Amino acid sequence: MVAISVTSAVGSRWGLRFLGIGYLAVLLIAPLVLIFFKTFEDGLAPPWEAVTSPDGMHALKLTLITVAIAVPLNTIFGVLCSLLLVRHKWRGNFLIDAVINLPFAISPIVIGLSLFLLYGKDGWLEPGLAEAGIKVLFSVPGMVLACIFVSLPFVVRETVPVLQEIGTEQEQAATTLGANAWQTFWRITLPAIRWGVAYGVVLTTARVLGEFGAVSVVSGNISGETQTLPLFVEKNYENFNLPGAFGASVLLALLALVVLLAMNLLKRKEDA
Amino acid sequence: MGISVEGADKSFGDFQALNDVSIEVPDGSLTALLGPSGSGKSTLLRAIAGLETLDGGRVLIDGEDVSKKPTQKREVGFVFQHYAAFKHMTVYENVAFGLKIRKWKKDKTQARVHELLELVQLHGLADRYPSQLSGGQRQRMALARALAVEPQVLLLDEPFGALDAKVRKDLRTWLRRLHDEMHVTTIFVTHDQEEAMDVAGQLVVMNEGRVEQSGSADELYENPANEFVMSFVGEVNQLGDELVRPHDMEVVLDPDDKTQEGLVQRIVALGFEIRVEFVLGDGTEVWAQLTRAEMQRLELREGQIAYLRPVQAKSFNGAPASGADGASTPQRPTDGGDAEVSAAV
Repeated sequence: MVAISVTSAVGSRWGLRFLGIGYLAVLLIAPLVLIFFKTFEDGLAPPWEAVTSPDGMHALKLTLITVAIAVPLNTIFGVLCSLLLVRHKWRGNFLIDAVINLPFAISPIVIGLSLFLLYGKDGWLEPGLAEAGIKVLFSVPGMVLACIFVSLPFVVRETVPVLQEIGTEQEQAATTLGANAWQTFWRITLPAIRWGVAYGVVLTTARVLGEFGAVSVVSGNISGETQTLPLFVEKNYENFNLPGAFGASVLLALLALVVLLAMNLLKRKEDA
Repeated sequence: MGISVEGADKSFGDFQALNDVSIEVPDGSLTALLGPSGSGKSTLLRAIAGLETLDGGRVLIDGEDVSKKPTQKREVGFVFQHYAAFKHMTVYENVAFGLKIRKWKKDKTQARVHELLELVQLHGLADRYPSQLSGGQRQRMALARALAVEPQVLLLDEPFGALDAKVRKDLRTWLRRLHDEMHVTTIFVTHDQEEAMDVAGQLVVMNEGRVEQSGSADELYENPANEFVMSFVGEVNQLGDELVRPHDMEVVLDPDDKTQEGLVQRIVALGFEIRVEFVLGDGTEVWAQLTRAEMQRLELREGQIAYLRPVQAKSFNGAPASGADGASTPQRPTDGGDAEVSAAV
C-alpha cells in the first residue's frame, strides 16, 4: 500500500514536471529557438550587416534612449506612488489604484491613438506646444510618452506588496533614533523594498524595449529617424528583408536577457 | 529626566484608547504601565515617544512640553515588541544607526557600539544579521540600538512579549540590573503583573483607557483602589461582597461563627505551595493557598469537608470596579502564585 502510494506520488510528480516543461517548450521556447536558428541559418554576416546598417544602429540608439528616459521616470514615480498608496491612506487611494492599472487594461494601440488626439494636429495641447516649438508626435518625446504610459504600472505593482509586508515598525524605530523622513526612506524603506523595485524596473525595461503598438502610432515609423528596434523589425519583415528582421529580433531578446541576468547576478551577490 | 502626561485623550475611530490620562514618572525611575490588552497602555507609551499624536492633553519630558515635537527630536529610546530590527543591516550597523544619523566620527562610533554590544552581551556577533539571531538576542540588540544615542528616556513596548518564558525571566532580571547601572528614566509596558512587579519600582495600572491606580507593587497589592486593581495585581476569591486573596484564606478543621463550610474538590501541589480548591454551600468555587507544613498538619483529602476563615478581606462596595467582570477572573498568566511571593518581599 505504502509502496504503491509512494510510486504514484513520484509518478504524478514527474507527470507534472513533464506537463510544465512541455507546455513551456511548445509555447515559449520553441518559437524563440526558431528565431535564433533562422537568424543564423546563413551564417553571422547577413544579420550582422542588417543590424549594423545606419538605420539599424539608429533604431538601437533610439530604443536605448527611450529606455534611459522612461525607466528612471517610471521608477521614481512608481516608488512615490507606492508610498502614497500604502503609507498615506486616504479616501482617494482606490481611484489612484484603479487608474494605475489602466495601461494594463487598454490596448497599446488605443493608448497611441489617445496620445495622437492629445498632441496631434487639432489636439488639445497642440497649439501651445507648437508655439513653444516642441514637436511631440513623429519625434522622440511622443515615443517616450507612449513608453511611459504603457509601462507605468510595473514598479507600483511590484513595490506595493513589499511595502505592505515590511510594515512600519522599522521606519518608526528609525524615527525614534533621530532619522528624519528622508533619512528613514533612504536608509530603511528603500533598502527593504529594493528587490520589489528592481523586479519592477526589469519588467518596465523589458516592456519599453519591446513596445510596438503605441510607439508605432505616435512615431510615424520613419527609418533612421523615429524607428525603434521593434519598428525596425516590423519594417524589415514587411520588406521581405528577413535577416534584418531576425537579426534585430535577436538583439532585442539579448537586451532583455542582459537586464534579467544583471538583476539575478546582483541578487545572488547580495545573498552570498 | 522626569516624564509627565497631563490629561491625555486619544481615539481611534469609535474606540477611545486614552481617556483623560495623567501620569507622573519620576526622574531615573523604572515604571511599568500595566493593564489588559486594549487598556491604552501601548498608546500612552507611543504618545510619549511621539509615534501617536494626542487628541488632547500634553506630554512633558524634563518639564518641557514636547507635544508638538516630532519623534526624531524627542530623544527617546524605543524598544518594540517585535524588535523592529533593521533586517538589511548587521548587528553593528543596527546599533550604529542612531550615531550615523548624528554624524558621529567613525572611531568614536566604533568605540561606542562595541561598548554597548559588550553591555548587552552580543560582542562577537557584530557581523551577524538579525535573521541569524535568536529572539532574545534580537531584543538585546534593539535595546543596545536604543541606548546608543544616550536617550533622555527609555520606552519599552511589551519588550519580552514575543519571547519564551525562560528567556523572558532572564531578560527582565537583566533589564533591572541594567537600569540600576544606567539610571535612565524607563517606562515599560506589560500585561503581565508578575513581570511588572518583578522589574518596576513604580506601577501604573490601566484599564479601558484610564489609570486605575499607581504606586509601588506593595501599595497596589496591599491597598488596591478598586476591585479591578485588586484582581489584576494578584489572585482573588469572591466571598459574598468581599474579595480575599488565596493566601489569606485560613483552612481549619473545626467550625466557628467566622468560618464557612467548604468541600475540598481538588488538591494541587505546585512545588512550594499547595493549591486547595473548595466548593462552598452556595456553589461558589474558591481556593486557598497553603504551605506544605500547613497541609501536613491538616491532612486534607479530596472530598472531605473543611472550614474557611478569611484572615484579611477587602470590600469595594460603593466604589464599583470598572471592567473587572466577576471576581475571580483576573487576566494574568497561568504560572501559579509566585506573584504573591515577590509582592510580599
